Amino acid sequence: MKILVAAKRVIDHNVRLRVKPDGSGVETAGVRMSMNPFCKHAVEAAVRLKEAGHADEIVVVSIGPKQASDVLLTALAMGADRGILIETDAAIETLGIARLLRAAVAEEKPDLVLLGKQSVDGDNNHTGQMLAGLLGWPQATFASAILVEGDAIRVTREVDYGRSEHLLGLPAVVTADLRLNTPRNTALPAVMQARKKPLAIRPVAEFGVDIAPRLTIDKTASPPTRGAGQTLAGFDELVATVRRLAAAEEDR
Amino acid sequence: MRILVLADHDLGRLSPATARAIAAAVRLGGQVHVLVAGDGVSGIAREAGSLVGVGRVLVADDPALGDAPAEALTELLETLADDYSHIVGISAAVGRDVMPRLAARLDIQPVTDITEILGPDRFVRPVYAGNALQTVVSPQPRQVLTLRASAFAPAGKSEPAEIESVSAPAAEGLARFIAAHRTVSDAPDLATARVVVAGGVALGSRENFAMIEQLAAMLGGAVGATRAAVDAGYAPNDWQVGQTGKVVAPDLYIGIGISGALQHQAGMSGAKTIVAVNIDPEAPLMKLADYAYKGDLFEAMPALIAALKA
Repeated sequence: MKILVAAKRVIDHNVRLRVKPDGSGVETAGVRMSMNPFCKHAVEAAVRLKEAGHADEIVVVSIGPKQASDVLLTALAMGADRGILIETDAAIETLGIARLLRAAVAEEKPDLVLLGKQSVDGDNNHTGQMLAGLLGWPQATFASAILVEGDAIRVTREVDYGRSEHLLGLPAVVTADLRLNTPRNTALPAVMQARKKPLAIRPVAEFGVDIAPRLTIDKTASPPTRGAGQTLAGFDELVATVRRLAAAEEDR
Repeated sequence: MRILVLADHDLGRLSPATARAIAAAVRLGGQVHVLVAGDGVSGIAREAGSLVGVGRVLVADDPALGDAPAEALTELLETLADDYSHIVGISAAVGRDVMPRLAARLDIQPVTDITEILGPDRFVRPVYAGNALQTVVSPQPRQVLTLRASAFAPAGKSEPAEIESVSAPAAEGLARFIAAHRTVSDAPDLATARVVVAGGVALGSRENFAMIEQLAAMLGGAVGATRAAVDAGYAPNDWQVGQTGKVVAPDLYIGIGISGALQHQAGMSGAKTIVAVNIDPEAPLMKLADYAYKGDLFEAMPALIAALKA
């Protein structure tokens, strides 16, 4: 099968985020960027399917500024075969992203599209579901296991009550959760090798897709801070505190 | 304006989150209808109809909807959408799965995980693991939303609302449900619990994690876990609290052996009172806590359980 993976460049998840004092957004200047962690799980899943002989080609797509080609290089170093950067400096909402990915799917005709379940910047958890909806394909979100069974895939999902298992005919869209796999680290030789793999940079306008935003962000604020806490002097104080708080709860 | 809320339910019961979503939906300012979709859900429909603010309950009782398949639920909601200005889900497994798919089908940009409703088209939602709060304005003819239940108080009981049957369109059969692997637990619903006792990877084993469950049971609370504890196999995935797991806002949160990564804090910093027990006083959760106890959890936990029993 042919797999298309979507990967997003985001503020690195270890960066301590700063909200701009004027409420216009978050500070991105000089901030470390990297591939969204969930997208890494999606790339890793694709590479493992290829290593197991289930996939013959992995195309990875990113949508963003030209620096997002770094994210594609990471994916290529992990084992993807080919990269496409849909280049834009615009902040595109998830509907626009899903539409662009639909256009990429129409060109590439993959059997399976893998995405991270959410990106750790917007925390939306939309794109896979929206793409599946636009395509009319089955979807399996929050995947923690993917097995190929004939011409279908068996996907385990992490849900509110535990896990559920589903059989999906192909083509299908699957979004990766954290326990799907452990993404591999890429050694320098693999990164050097990746630079030789095909990477197409194409302006967003080439796709002729409506990406105009529907929403406006009025304000971006820091969350309220909590008051200073206190250190409990000893074990007896811990017991007394838990007892008091629990009793207050029972009285409610 | 008319608002349709997709009810969440499991094992024949309405989820506690649904009563919260209904109370929040009332604030959007319109008549609230609730859709109960599933297999054998007439009892759940009555339960939903008895909540304050519900004007009507729509019931789609169909074996094909039994395991909340995103594809069939989306088709059902598409057939109902014309009658509503707002279609509202809960920011939990089903709502997160279905609402974005529906929005795309309706050519709408969804707004999800809303923690505050400022008006019919004006919402607050957390981004960057809760490190920033965005005020979003959505001037679209129709809204597709999900609400974070723990951010809203539940609706109370009232006179039963009218119940109307709706039929689900024939399913396309795109995906087939095979099996459910349920975590068996008597603990209350984690997402809406008033007390949560959570454990980290420092517990060291599945067996030791039972101390967390024991303390939670004694306090009538739900059990939570960090991502690392779940990854290590000490706790099931549905106990994970954090940016990508469940988001809780209990009155009392007790974190045992939890360092408090930003991603975990995103799931619990809305707790009213936080108690932390950790050997490391510099752990971020110890700094965040209202009450921090520095000590070895393997001494403190058995002693705390024994003391509370006495």
